[in-house]
Amino acid sequence: MEYKKIQTPLNDETVAGLRAGDRVLISGYLYTARDAAHKRMTELLDKGEQLPFDIKGQIIYFVGPAPAKPGQVINSAGPTTSGRMNAYSPKMIAAGLKGMVGKGEMGAGVVEALKKHKAVYMVAVGGAGALIAEKITEVELVAYEDLGAEAVRRLKVKDFPAIVAQDCYGDNIYVAGVKKYSKE
Amino acid sequence: MREVDSGKITAAIKELCMQANYYLGEDVLEALKKYKLQEESPLGREIIDQIIQNASIAAEKKMPLCQDTGLAVIFASIGQDVHINGDFNEAVQEGVRQGYQEGYLRKSIVADPLRRKNTGDNTPAVVSTTLVPGDKIELTILPKGGGSENMSRIKMLKPSDGEQGVIDFVVETIRIAGGNPCPPLIVGVGIGGSFDLVAKIAKHALLRPVGSRHADPYYAEMESKLLEKINNTGVGPQGLGGRITAIAVHIEAAPCHIASLPVAVNTQCHSARHKTIVI
Repeated sequence: MEYKKIQTPLNDETVAGLRAGDRVLISGYLYTARDAAHKRMTELLDKGEQLPFDIKGQIIYFVGPAPAKPGQVINSAGPTTSGRMNAYSPKMIAAGLKGMVGKGEMGAGVVEALKKHKAVYMVAVGGAGALIAEKITEVELVAYEDLGAEAVRRLKVKDFPAIVAQDCYGDNIYVAGVKKYSKE
Repeated sequence: MREVDSGKITAAIKELCMQANYYLGEDVLEALKKYKLQEESPLGREIIDQIIQNASIAAEKKMPLCQDTGLAVIFASIGQDVHINGDFNEAVQEGVRQGYQEGYLRKSIVADPLRRKNTGDNTPAVVSTTLVPGDKIELTILPKGGGSENMSRIKMLKPSDGEQGVIDFVVETIRIAGGNPCPPLIVGVGIGGSFDLVAKIAKHALLRPVGSRHADPYYAEMESKLLEKINNTGVGPQGLGGRITAIAVHIEAAPCHIASLPVAVNTQCHSARHKTIVI
């Protein structure tokens, strides 16, 4: 199968070239955040305050890695369920976020935001945390150290494997894929 | 009366936490390899390949298969001819504490469901104990990830809903779950008992080796039927469409009230981790 190689930060043109079902290899940086970090960051946006990093064109990876062993860059680091971020992601996208990586389908509010602001939702294989960790070459703490595994970290990645799940045209592989293979 | 020091229990649980999280069972691996050949979606086959590769990387590097190293669910069968020196429950919790700390496993437990402060050591584990004849202690850990646990469901059916009602509820649960519980799945189904027991047996059903058949031919048949229907949904690996949504359905049934037909579905992701030790 063919891969599309993409480099962060993303721009409108790159996002426009990604279609649901495409397989991509991401290089550059991913910012980690789960429920707790999203809650804090959207509260900052609500108050008109600055986020702990410049979100323009960036990708957020929904992940809470296992603690690294001595000498290890990162321990197992696969995606968490994205639907829990449905309440937060539209605000992050409106603030300039261009991409998200997680697992599972995202909701209607996110779909609208992807279309309106030209952004993309991609998935990595849930439960492939050891394999994914090999694609991460550097980790740097950005904010919210008190959240432990849920802190915001910047990951340098090389050829991080993902699949475009919901694109900026409203297409959704969760719907199209299941329809294609359903025998019901 | 056989004497067992509670420190032995702590040491055993600690080891189980690490072993279960690093090494995927051969039964699960074999089933994934077998079902990959039946997967019609090229993307689905690629996903199953990544899952198989992940298991070998995790084993080689002693890394957790998945960063969600779970809530530690412990099943303990305690021989009634054993006397445990010390506090059994505390010994188990201490084993979890040590295992998750020393094994670099993620601490995923909050002390209170609404105020949500992390306990920092993955305790408390959920522990079920059963008294059995003999002088052995059998300890099993099933680290249960949040993603798959969250898509589990329970329903009190009417007796008139019967087998078809159970089948419909199970398949509906898998369809609603989509990619969230990380398919390919192992589907634990509890039927009967009471409101609380049915959920417990649905989880216990996950411990049966993948590829084994139910001892009761009636339920063995029902498991095959359910697996076929689940794999006809088209949900597929990771919910992205495909043939292989589940690699096994395991049913546990229990006697129940004349007015009741409880059913529970405990969805288990492909990272179907569990490990047993006998002391």
